[in-house]
Amino acid sequence: MRLDGKGQIDRTTPISFTFDGKRIDGFKGDTIASALLANGVRLVARSFKYHRPRGIMTAGSEEPNALVTVGTGTETDPNVRATTARIYDGMVVRSQNAFPSLRFDAMAMNDLAAPFFGAGFYYKTFMWPKKAWEKIYEPFIRRAAGLGGLSGRPSERRQEKAFAFCDILVIGGGPSGLMAALTAAQSGADVILADENPELGGRLGHDRVTINETGGRDWAAAMDAKLRAMPNVRIMAQTAVTGAYDGGVFGALEQVSDSTGEGVQTCFWRITAKASILCAGAIERPIAFANNDRPGIMMASAVRGYLHKYGVAVGDKVAVFGDNDSAHQTALDLVDAGVNVVALIDSRPDVKIDATFPVYSAAEVFDTKGRHGLTKVGIRQGTDETWIDADCLAISGGWNPSVHLTCHMNGRPTWDAGIQAFVPTPNSIPNMCVAGAASGVFSTMAALETGSDCALDQCRALGFDVGTIDLPSAENTKYTIDPLWDVMGDGRKWLDFQNDVTTKDVRQAAQENMTSVEHMKRYTTQGMAPDQGKNSNVNALAILADATGREIAQTGTTTFRPPYTPVPIGVMGAGGQGKTFAPERFTTSHIASLSRRAPMIETGLWYRPSYFPQDGETTWREAADREVNMVRNHVGIADVSTLGKIDVQGKDAAEFLDFIYINSFSTLRENRVRYGVMLREDGHVMDDGTTARIGPNHFVMTTTTAAAGPVLRHMEFVHQALKPQLDVSMISVTENWAQFAIAGPKSRDLLNLVLDHPIDNDSFPFMACGTVSAFGVTGRLFRISFSGEHAYEIAVPSRYGDALYRMLLAQAESLGGGAYGMEAMNALRVEKGFLTHSDMDGRTTAFDLGLQGMMSKKKDFIGKTMAARAGLMDPMRPRLVGLKPVAKGHRLTAGAHLFDVDADCIRENSLGWVSSWCHSPTFDHELALAFLKNGPERIGEKIKLNDHMRGISTLCEVCSPQFFDPEGARTRG
Amino acid sequence: MANASAKLNAQSPCFGLVPIEHGTVRVVEVEPTHISAIAPFKGKTTAVNKALSASFGVRLPAVGRRVEKDAVACLWFDHSHAMLIGAKVDDSLSSLAAVTDQTDGWAVLNIAGDHVLDVLARLVPMDLRPSVFGTGSTARTMLQHIPISLSRLNADTFQIMAMRSMARSVVHELDLAMENVAARG
Repeated sequence: MRLDGKGQIDRTTPISFTFDGKRIDGFKGDTIASALLANGVRLVARSFKYHRPRGIMTAGSEEPNALVTVGTGTETDPNVRATTARIYDGMVVRSQNAFPSLRFDAMAMNDLAAPFFGAGFYYKTFMWPKKAWEKIYEPFIRRAAGLGGLSGRPSERRQEKAFAFCDILVIGGGPSGLMAALTAAQSGADVILADENPELGGRLGHDRVTINETGGRDWAAAMDAKLRAMPNVRIMAQTAVTGAYDGGVFGALEQVSDSTGEGVQTCFWRITAKASILCAGAIERPIAFANNDRPGIMMASAVRGYLHKYGVAVGDKVAVFGDNDSAHQTALDLVDAGVNVVALIDSRPDVKIDATFPVYSAAEVFDTKGRHGLTKVGIRQGTDETWIDADCLAISGGWNPSVHLTCHMNGRPTWDAGIQAFVPTPNSIPNMCVAGAASGVFSTMAALETGSDCALDQCRALGFDVGTIDLPSAENTKYTIDPLWDVMGDGRKWLDFQNDVTTKDVRQAAQENMTSVEHMKRYTTQGMAPDQGKNSNVNALAILADATGREIAQTGTTTFRPPYTPVPIGVMGAGGQGKTFAPERFTTSHIASLSRRAPMIETGLWYRPSYFPQDGETTWREAADREVNMVRNHVGIADVSTLGKIDVQGKDAAEFLDFIYINSFSTLRENRVRYGVMLREDGHVMDDGTTARIGPNHFVMTTTTAAAGPVLRHMEFVHQALKPQLDVSMISVTENWAQFAIAGPKSRDLLNLVLDHPIDNDSFPFMACGTVSAFGVTGRLFRISFSGEHAYEIAVPSRYGDALYRMLLAQAESLGGGAYGMEAMNALRVEKGFLTHSDMDGRTTAFDLGLQGMMSKKKDFIGKTMAARAGLMDPMRPRLVGLKPVAKGHRLTAGAHLFDVDADCIRENSLGWVSSWCHSPTFDHELALAFLKNGPERIGEKIKLNDHMRGISTLCEVCSPQFFDPEGARTRG
Repeated sequence: MANASAKLNAQSPCFGLVPIEHGTVRVVEVEPTHISAIAPFKGKTTAVNKALSASFGVRLPAVGRRVEKDAVACLWFDHSHAMLIGAKVDDSLSSLAAVTDQTDGWAVLNIAGDHVLDVLARLVPMDLRPSVFGTGSTARTMLQHIPISLSRLNADTFQIMAMRSMARSVVHELDLAMENVAARG
């Protein structure tokens, strides 16, 4: 029921939404919970396991019961806390975990079977037969027990991640947080003040508090304005700090907009702070008595909160039950607002209160009645038991400081017997101090004082000049509590409302020897999942302590883990959706290739054309075969810009390359290119490529596309760590040059159509390089071949890449040639036995590849010693060979294993594997490169290829890996 | 021989991608006439500084700094390299330093506007507060998953250098972040 003149909602702006299809009217500023309560809706959820009717219990992010699903279609959010989500027009809210409806939930039969569903039930019951767990039990349990569900479809909404930095991060904007932020800001620190609520003030908005003779709410608003006006303060409202991590980094979830409109919905912040002040307040804890989970039973502070913040009286007949003075305030505030208080029940004997309502001291609530909502409360005073009518029971079992964040780096809180609660252990998080109720001081004055003191300490530690701070005045009453954990009596008494754990479960866990708090937690599921023990932890520990005959301090507590409040996975993945998952690298010829309908294949981050389909070609093979024949007979153009290019300069450049490569480069003449192989320190092949000497002390190295980064890193390491005395410098020039292969018998004819000065075999023999000019643009020409044909690579500054590629293609087509892609490139190189990282897979040595002759005996190089180990020079190692099928049409496949012809195809008999494969249009059958034990000695023998995965078995002949033109006459033509 | 009348048209790294603008923030491409990587040979740093001072009035900058004079900028780039941007270095410098032409390797973008820090906060994991990263600061960092060089030209203008091949991804990331910031109003 809404009360006139109360609350901070905007009554000039009505808002309506639906709950389970029914229209609910509220006002701007309402949460789903406050609007439902204002409309007399008490039943809002079914519990996790037993499907018990549940209502709204709290007024904050600790809410265990009132979890709802908001939105429709792909934009559906499950497990939204009705107590924190603000309403907006057209909002669609649905209850969860109920079928067919919230009021008549078929699964409520679970509740009748409750005696069977206690702690450890699954472990004992679903053990046999073993197979049934995955197929029958688990799916059934998952359907029966649970919270909300996702739409199962990708969300369209915008989410983002962002970074923020400050000197001091203040977590929580209640009285202590506001005071801490102001104090730190006045000392000159860069301050971020983050609070999970839209308005600052914390409990000042929920309670009747006076600060400096003004209302707490007004004081908070004035502080908010004052802080916002300071240039060194950043206020992050609706931003819940969810975790504390190494290096002063905090995770925080900002709720940017409520609706599913165009804007960003949530933002996940990583805030780096030199120091932090935790002002997270405290959470009121319930009391365990029979049937303490009925809709209408709420936390006493929440009842006050709904009254003061939202102007809602949560009942017509309200009973209040507590073991401390803060419960009294609820009764007094309700009476003051004209709400009927039917009883104050205090478990302590000497209750001092000036009351206009019945007061039961030394009394307890022992049971309640009301199926879909509270109707009666049973009160026991001594041996007398009476039942009174009530539709709301406000309970307070005392306050637990919100120590959660202080435990995120494995710190454990300390038991404080004075307030019967855990308080943060100092220095649990580096450079964090804790103020206000989170530190275990519960008066407003103490909150202001500790907030200011913490800020002064942190500012001094960071070297700021601190001045004097005028503290406002506020109430400073002492908090007294005589804890009541568990009211004697039969019936189920809930501890963890979210996970449906009762006192009996905890006692049973203890009885079954789960006496460690961590075992108890896992056995009962208490405090798990989104709840992270916010409501139930201390109560459960108290019961466990009692059951095991220990003190609470000795029993200890379980770990509180991040996130403090649930964080949608979607926002953690923000920035990684679709094309933003990884950057894309495009060559300068990309658009021209696309316009020729080339499908792209990813090579690392690069996109390269697979093949260039022509009209009438229906498979990739047809296109690739045509392109191979085109290169072998005419001329082909391929963009090879993706290969790494490393510029190496310095008077010791040649000496450096001698140390990097297994073969010698100091002997390379200027304007010549040489093939080189480099090893890792462990003697295995790292990469191969060609290096050109373009000046006396100037080399340009090429690497494979995939190894461009790793090779440069390797070279930097070798220079900086192993050979710092060498005067050499290296830098990537991959991106600066667009480079194209021109391969085929007509390659020189084509080149001479684009070069400003023609070349011939004398001026440009095989493995020559030099500066050339094409259409007036200065470039570099290398006569190298990865196809086995007479071939060149021409490089021009990247700005001309697109134009040159188009020009080369036009000229090639006039000569019967054209573009070729990766598939043709692969077939061309397999026919020649040229290597790629399919073959140099990180496990192969130069010896395995038949390149041991390249390893110089005259100099030292990286990997030389390790490559000489006996095990790496064993002829029985699988070594590179070629394979061809004995029967022409039979298939070879990459990844297949090799076996002796009459051997069983089992793991133990494997003699090696196929590393590369192609269909060779030149030979009109398939070819493969393979690693075979003792391979080069078996050339001419038959071997059996077996591909277990594809079910292929082929009789092959072992041959030299150089299938085509082994003498290399064509390249020199 | 090449047809003398034919000619290769140059294309800038961000051709067709920019300018983009959302809210107060605008991104434009910068096309420096020259970018050269300079790594002094052993014992030649002083001589390189002298040569650069004589030619352009700039010296090799300290780590994390960018210096500029009359449209010629020199920025720290890595443990051994500085980048000279906006002028061609004299060939004689090659005897003092490893000089490498990088003009075509980099997409260079200026991003400017009132909310530029909000945009960059969504992409760059660095503390860019003016007290930490003021005018004349430069760093090698990340823009989402993309490695970049980032420099602050003035209070609300930053220069981004990214690998040419990634230009489209860079602009896409900036566009998304700018749109999101603008949507907050």
